[in-house]
Amino acid sequence: MDISLFYFLLLGFAILMYVLLDGFDLGIGILYPWFNSDAEHDHLMRSVSHVWDGNETWLVFGGVILFGAFPTAYAQLLSTLYLPIMLMLIGLIFRGVAFEYRFKSHSSKVWWSRAFALGSTLAAFCQGLMLGAVVQGVPADALGANSLQLVTPFSLFTAVSVVAGYALLGCAYLVMKSRGAIQHKAAQRGRVLVWVVMLAMALVSLFTVLSDDLIWQRWFGGWQTLWLLPLPLLALAAARLLYRDLGRVRKSHHNKEQVTEKHEDRPFWLAVSLFVLAFAGLLVSLFPYLLPRQLSYQQAVAPEHSLWFMLPGVLIFVPLILAYTLWGYRIFAGKVEDFEEGY
Amino acid sequence: MEMDSVQLSAILSRIQFAFTVSFHIIFPSITIGLATLIAVWEGLWLKTRNPVYLQLAKFWIKPFAITFGMGVVSGIVLSYEFGTNFSKFSELTGAVLGPLMAYEVLTAFFLEAGFLGVMLFGWQRVSERMHFFASCTVAVGTWISAFWIIAANSWMQTPAGHKIVNGRFEVESWLAVIFNPSMPYRLSHMLLATMLTATFVVMATSAWYLLKQQHQAFARKGLSMTLWLALVLAPLQALVGDFHGLNVKEHQPVKLAAMEGIWPAREANVPYLLFAIPDPEQEKNHFEVKIPGLASLLLTHDWQGELQGLQSVPKADRPNVPLVFFSFRLMVGLGLLMIFIAVAGLWLRKRGTLYQSRWFLRLCTVMAPSGVIAVLAGWYVVEVGRQPWLVQGLVRTMDVVSPLPAERVALSLTLFVLTYSLLFGVYLYFFRKLIKKGPPELADLQQLKVGVKASGYAVAFTKNLADETKHQGAH
Repeated sequence: MDISLFYFLLLGFAILMYVLLDGFDLGIGILYPWFNSDAEHDHLMRSVSHVWDGNETWLVFGGVILFGAFPTAYAQLLSTLYLPIMLMLIGLIFRGVAFEYRFKSHSSKVWWSRAFALGSTLAAFCQGLMLGAVVQGVPADALGANSLQLVTPFSLFTAVSVVAGYALLGCAYLVMKSRGAIQHKAAQRGRVLVWVVMLAMALVSLFTVLSDDLIWQRWFGGWQTLWLLPLPLLALAAARLLYRDLGRVRKSHHNKEQVTEKHEDRPFWLAVSLFVLAFAGLLVSLFPYLLPRQLSYQQAVAPEHSLWFMLPGVLIFVPLILAYTLWGYRIFAGKVEDFEEGY
Repeated sequence: MEMDSVQLSAILSRIQFAFTVSFHIIFPSITIGLATLIAVWEGLWLKTRNPVYLQLAKFWIKPFAITFGMGVVSGIVLSYEFGTNFSKFSELTGAVLGPLMAYEVLTAFFLEAGFLGVMLFGWQRVSERMHFFASCTVAVGTWISAFWIIAANSWMQTPAGHKIVNGRFEVESWLAVIFNPSMPYRLSHMLLATMLTATFVVMATSAWYLLKQQHQAFARKGLSMTLWLALVLAPLQALVGDFHGLNVKEHQPVKLAAMEGIWPAREANVPYLLFAIPDPEQEKNHFEVKIPGLASLLLTHDWQGELQGLQSVPKADRPNVPLVFFSFRLMVGLGLLMIFIAVAGLWLRKRGTLYQSRWFLRLCTVMAPSGVIAVLAGWYVVEVGRQPWLVQGLVRTMDVVSPLPAERVALSLTLFVLTYSLLFGVYLYFFRKLIKKGPPELADLQQLKVGVKASGYAVAFTKNLADETKHQGAH
């Protein structure tokens, strides 16, 4: 395999890991307004307070892989997407410090809850906006032009979709990490969100495929349609199962029965697989571009010397990182109620 | 007209970077040292079972956590700002600096983040030894992170190991890039600085408790340990700083001339300026208070030694001399004050009045932010002193800023100023609150609510066991 392709895939992997991991903990923040009491808010935050930092590190990893392996794309993308990136960073700052300060405050607690909810939502919204802008094709003169040029009906739609998607991941995570009323509510909200997310995915896919003849050709231009077909079909199947699992959880609460462990844990993995499939679809559409129709990964790639230098680091440390991240998650496995004490 | 807008935008980008990076460095310069101290206390507790060490570790972990959190959120901003505000720079140097940053994330950021969760929240979930291991890993992670960042920054000061192909930097030797001429000095100077910063924060807090007659045993241990540490670290730092200065003279003579306020192109028997007001317009100093020949002696080990001055390069190639000059004096002054405190502490200890001497305790208390201020001043010398270059002698800062509309940068800069001002106030408020609350009671700690004997552990353990049995059953 060509080494630049390896880094293109690695970049994809970093972004996917970020979307999945920070997706569910940003989702927890997005869901905050739908939970009322202080105790519920405490529970929600505690469910992710030990992992948010590691999750966000994937965002930095994606950034530095882009910087090191595709410096031209790093320079062009980041300066073009200036405002959404800055607003995303401000959002991440507020929701990040809320973890530290909310538990230590009394009178200002409600403000930290707001900072957490608004910051998480703003960050997710900006990420969606950037996704829309990239898919649609960033105009070449965007650097000098009107600051609001990136805001189009399509990018606003993808922004709302990403917020909804993260909220769905958050719901599925909560079903796994909680019991009682919180779990019940998460299952209910999750069911609505499955519809919203599926609708959004369908519309975005439709727009992407119709917007560009090359993308249309790639999906429907020949026999490859046959082996690309499983992507949407599997997504539909996962969504259906997710919807039913969440329904089971809701029903068990309704009938005051014990929720089976299978139906507590499976929704999360189904929500994750929805994201993986959507991401794979996006990759099929956009490959080999980092900026669609403008800059392919081969055009943006760094000199080979730099790529080879990073390679041992990637090959040794990425598996190691995955191992100890998994270990960290296992240490805090189980329901939030079972580990009360902080530090 | 258009030219002006581009200039304004570039200046705003530079102000924004200076502001965000200055804000960021405050927090790592505390946490790198504090993580190390916490790991040391935990280790001492495991070894001696003296509960005051556990008390120190468990108390300082809270200020550490909020400081670390501030460092994380303000650090993410920086990893994106190279691209957003200095896009041409990123394109030119990406092949050199990108991989260094990638190694930082791979070997340090993930490590810190991965084990921080266990360090902060894992007291009940893992054994004491495993917790100690997590704390050590976080500390080592912060050092590794400093290693890569300093390597990248030093390459911008004293570039080596590269070649320029089609106007872009490519690497010839990674070893030469990483261990470039100024890197070892800068790294040891910075790591010592972070240790001193944390040392003086802990010392000030302990002294404050002693003044207030609170938490006596805890405060005495803290003060005593940190004074011993300062006695070793502060003079060592002066020595390393001196070596660093010689290195600057060798590789960045114009920066050194700004630090020392030397104007003539070459000057022998250069005086050391205790005070002066450098005047870049008239190219001379006002109100000099000097010791004849001392600068020559310090930098060339010869009273008559010659030094290169600012007039050896055109005005356009000189940094902002007053800023570099005063920042350098501020840093050195604080360093000397640290040495004085460490020595005075030893003297009072010998006389047996260390814990009662109110003037000394008050002095220690006001030294709380001294490390942070010295670190900031030091970095201003390093970064402002390198201007107008971004990569010394090769890339000019003004040439590589993103061509953004000025109002867009003004907007983000305003947002950062508002956000960071608010958060800094909040940070100080909570830091104070945690200090005022004081350490956990010894009685509570003696029930050993940590590790496998903790109350929550049994619940969690049984739950995990039940899960595992179920999983095994499923296979």
